[in-house]
Amino acid sequence: MSEVFDIFLLEAVLNGLLLGGLLALLSLGLNLVFGVIDVVWICYAELIMCGMYAVYYLHVQYHWPLVLAMLAAIGIVAFLGWILHQFVIRPVLSAEPINQLLVTGGVLFFLQAAATLVFGIEFKNLGVSLPSVQIGEMSFSSSRLIAFFVALAGVLALWLFLSKTYLGTAIRAISQDRAVMPLMGVDPARIFRITSAMGGALAGLASCLLVLQYDIHPAIGLSFGPITFLICVLGGLGNMVGGFVAAFIFAQFIAVGGFFFALEWGYVIAFVFFIAVMFWRPRGLLGK
Amino acid sequence: MLRVDNVSAGYAAFQALFGVSLHVERGESVAVIGPNGAGKTTLLRLISKLIEPRSGGVFFDDQPLAGVPAHQVVERGIAHVPENRRLFSRLTTEENLRMGAFTSRAEYGNRLEMVYGLFPRLKERRHQPAGTMSGGEQQMCAIGRALMSGPKLLLLDEPSAGLAPVVVQSIFDLVRRICAQGYTVLIVEQNIRQVLKVVGRAYLLDAGKIVKSGTSAELLASTEIQKAYLGI
Repeated sequence: MSEVFDIFLLEAVLNGLLLGGLLALLSLGLNLVFGVIDVVWICYAELIMCGMYAVYYLHVQYHWPLVLAMLAAIGIVAFLGWILHQFVIRPVLSAEPINQLLVTGGVLFFLQAAATLVFGIEFKNLGVSLPSVQIGEMSFSSSRLIAFFVALAGVLALWLFLSKTYLGTAIRAISQDRAVMPLMGVDPARIFRITSAMGGALAGLASCLLVLQYDIHPAIGLSFGPITFLICVLGGLGNMVGGFVAAFIFAQFIAVGGFFFALEWGYVIAFVFFIAVMFWRPRGLLGK
Repeated sequence: MLRVDNVSAGYAAFQALFGVSLHVERGESVAVIGPNGAGKTTLLRLISKLIEPRSGGVFFDDQPLAGVPAHQVVERGIAHVPENRRLFSRLTTEENLRMGAFTSRAEYGNRLEMVYGLFPRLKERRHQPAGTMSGGEQQMCAIGRALMSGPKLLLLDEPSAGLAPVVVQSIFDLVRRICAQGYTVLIVEQNIRQVLKVVGRAYLLDAGKIVKSGTSAELLASTEIQKAYLGI
């Protein structure tokens, strides 16, 4: 009896781990942009929604090979990130934080409404069903496994870029002292544009992984936008390592909590944990 | 090499500089001395284009700097060590130096060796976050970061500010060594007695105007400076 119990618990823990990888990737782009530009993209999950539609239309309507459609979607969302910065964020860069929140919030509703108009409210999906993987008595969805490893590869690639290249070092430097950057020969506006496109590309990558697991509809951003934001805050907004750690903690609460009680209880426990942490460390687990 | 021609500048309603002119020739070390709030930092920010003059012009190698964006000044050969060092405190020492070479990556290896030769202490601390070093080491790192761009002209803003008296001495020794290596240096300082021992020539800036200029020996001997600033 207890053997079976342990195996299912292990399965829950491993599923939590897989979910954690995906959540870590979701938090990465938002944290990168906030850490560098000091603006929260409230509409981050809506960019992901756009990417999901891009994959869907290119693959299902225009019959592009799936991988090609995904690469194109990453490019499209990177471009959207660049546009978002140039036309929405840049004009309010020196405005009050509340105004910055409101404009990106405005973009959230704009993208939702525009998606409803253009794509309609019906749920769409790729119609790809990947088999589940059996390991002993445990079973895992292979789209989750793919998402986990691709997400980790994305995290690793970003880490290497930020720590090994001039541009990456400048991106970390500018988050510490924006005003001194011109003295290094760095144009801060250019770094902001690059960072925004990278934030968009990460959202695009996330959309490719989510579209394997979930149906697409104009309000899908609402189902993982808040959780992404909470994970970033839990880890310390702008702190990418914090976001990474927080994603795995949060995912364990959801998976293991959901295992002991019901799935919805997993979310309840995770959010109670979040609120408790906010009392204990208002700036997040690894916040300064 | 550098010519500041009748420049006025300020911030919003506040005017910091009134018709300032000065020049620095190749290989020279020149100081701008004066009390707190005289406009010394504004003058350096003007030369590296962090602010625009209201009137007058800045010329470097006979080229006007008008219309040159701040981030292109480094490539023209001017490196600026700002007030309070402004290191990237969470980056390592070596990453700070790497940022200094952002515009001249091909030279990175050679210059890193040169800077470590000049400041062996930085080599020991290269993997340490810059913010965890002592004030004197941070100043070395800030100067090293500026040298990484291979400047023709080095601007130093109060390198001795905020350092312990013992360290101040070593920073001035260092500035002397940099001058002796043939760098052209423009340094602004409140520590008048010390800086005049290091540089060849100086300007006295007071309330935004150049009120006196001459060789270091002349200025040290001037009764006006002795009375007002050296307390003799």
